[in-house]
Amino acid sequence: MDKFDKLTGIAAPLPIINVDTDMIIPKQFLKTIKREGLGKNLFDEMRFDDDGNENPDFVLNKPAYREAEILVAGDNFGCGSSREHAPWAIKDFGIRCVIAPSFADIFYNNCFKNGILPIPLPQEQVDLLMKDAEKGQNARMTIDLEKQEITTSDGQVITFEIDSFKKHCLLNGLDDIGLTLQKAAEIDSFESGLAQSRPWV
Amino acid sequence: MSPKTLYDKIWDAHLVHEDEDGTSLLYIDRHLVHEVTSPQAFEGLRMAGRKVRKPEMTIAVPDHNVPTTPDRVNGIENPESRIQVEALDTNAKDFGINYYPVSDIRQGIVHIIGPENGWTLPGMTIVCGDSHTATHGAFGALAHGIGTSEVEHVLATQTLIQTKSKNMKVEITGQLAPGVTAKDITLSVIGATGTAGGTGHVIEYCGEAIRSLSMEGRMTVCNMAIEGGARAGLIAPDEKTFEYVKGRAHAPKGAQWEAALAWWKTLFSDEDAHWDKVVTIRGEDIAPVVTWGTSPEDVLPITDVVPDPESFSGGKVDAARRALKYMGLEAGQKLSDIKIDTVFIGSCTNGRIEDLRAAAEIVKGKKIADGLRAMVVPGSGLVRAQAEEEGLADIFTDAGFEWRMAGCSMCLAMNPDQLAPGERCAATSNRNFEGRQGRGGRTHLMSPAMAAAAAVTGRLTDVRELMGEGEPA
Repeated sequence: MDKFDKLTGIAAPLPIINVDTDMIIPKQFLKTIKREGLGKNLFDEMRFDDDGNENPDFVLNKPAYREAEILVAGDNFGCGSSREHAPWAIKDFGIRCVIAPSFADIFYNNCFKNGILPIPLPQEQVDLLMKDAEKGQNARMTIDLEKQEITTSDGQVITFEIDSFKKHCLLNGLDDIGLTLQKAAEIDSFESGLAQSRPWV
Repeated sequence: MSPKTLYDKIWDAHLVHEDEDGTSLLYIDRHLVHEVTSPQAFEGLRMAGRKVRKPEMTIAVPDHNVPTTPDRVNGIENPESRIQVEALDTNAKDFGINYYPVSDIRQGIVHIIGPENGWTLPGMTIVCGDSHTATHGAFGALAHGIGTSEVEHVLATQTLIQTKSKNMKVEITGQLAPGVTAKDITLSVIGATGTAGGTGHVIEYCGEAIRSLSMEGRMTVCNMAIEGGARAGLIAPDEKTFEYVKGRAHAPKGAQWEAALAWWKTLFSDEDAHWDKVVTIRGEDIAPVVTWGTSPEDVLPITDVVPDPESFSGGKVDAARRALKYMGLEAGQKLSDIKIDTVFIGSCTNGRIEDLRAAAEIVKGKKIADGLRAMVVPGSGLVRAQAEEEGLADIFTDAGFEWRMAGCSMCLAMNPDQLAPGERCAATSNRNFEGRQGRGGRTHLMSPAMAAAAAVTGRLTDVRELMGEGEPA
């Protein structure tokens, strides 16, 4: 997995609540058997019209935000389907950090498996960052995972919370399966117990 | 010992390892797999030279991509869908997991066939790369959706890295009025708490109205726990649960049944257990409901009108404006005046036998409205066969419905069953998101009985207006 430690980049404002995973990557793009290449269809139905032309009003089509690496969004981001295609598409587009008042549970977990940092913050702080993002491409935010700090384009610092294990994995790009297999003996022993306690399983 | 919730008890019984910071390794009893969220996971195993740790606990079925017309036996026309289903065929064979291919009568929607074949049992941990895995919580199993990386993790280790959620109790007291169903309960709960109301929590549904539901109804309630933002939904097992499970193909038998039953009977929340959040709704206050917008929280009784976006606050004002524009509706319009083009009865929410019975009871002896497209898609081949045996299929086809083969169908438009832009659908599925049933398609969620009523009149309809008109079922 790709590491995430520090990022300075353009933040795109997407002030919509309940952005669902069908919006992030519509179902017709789930038919792939690969993880790559979904970035071109990120937010497809908002980004393109019925004929496949770009919708000039959509934030990621505006010149200032085409290279965005951070997304600032509304409450309950990533709700809906468990499709990991959503974080795959976000990452493939080039976005490595999403900031919102809250995230749907499965999407939140999926981000960490793909080197994306989701940051939940109180509404007032998201509002402040949304305003900063609206300044365009000259306004670059910095996300420092080690220090758990966001620095706005005018130097304001906002701190954020993150689970220590998730932080450790993201900073070091650790593969969960490798980590879990270090506990293989414990899994073996649990399974031996299971054969006694719940043999019907 | 301190009092525990049902969630606490299941969690504790599956804990393999816990770190100081609470990061835990949880053992997984059943891993359900479908074709959309698994190919990259199997590919990951191959690249790392890993096996499936417990193929006997892993059950796969294609459902999202499969066409629901009988000609599907000749193969899937869409090349991408075909590749995805073929990939699952190959992966199931290569890794030696349990598999129900399209040609098997037991094929169907993953969350329907799990319980139907006795894979789903009380007290289990069950995961699937699909958010509606919460369905299995109806059996008192801790069941939730996971992403593809986690699918690979479970395949390789039979465990999942988790942090514990909070406990939320949703109590539905009293009794439901006639015409009100499990779907109305689950939609009304989401309407009351919002789509993020359960975020960070596992919900236990309880109360007299929940106890009175059949297993099918309980599955409908738990199915949409995810639409309320919860990680999982649970209902404590009882005699109805045990009765449903007993004798199913993969349920325990003989002495093992007795041992299992003894443990299952301990699976309830202790009286003094701690709840982080409690929501109580009177069963009598729940009406037959429909959704008007593009979020499952946009729920109102069918007797109501389309709301004014200005009546909301915060980000919801813009969201409601956007929803009305997308849905082609005006504030103040009566919900029961909204004309529809299509009716879809099916999905993991409402594709079980009881759902088809409820819909058939309304349409029996009637015809669908002129120009309407209406389809019934049974949740599994076994549900389909049972419905045919009970004469339900004839009731539907006589009324003008299409009678389809099992699959996810129009719930998510990954197969040929889709809405055209602007087309409006009365659907028994679980999501009314923009584009969910096809680009530009407009979805109104409701119960099977309500969808059947809409099919008869051609508009969103209060099912109570049609009740008692038909012959007794």
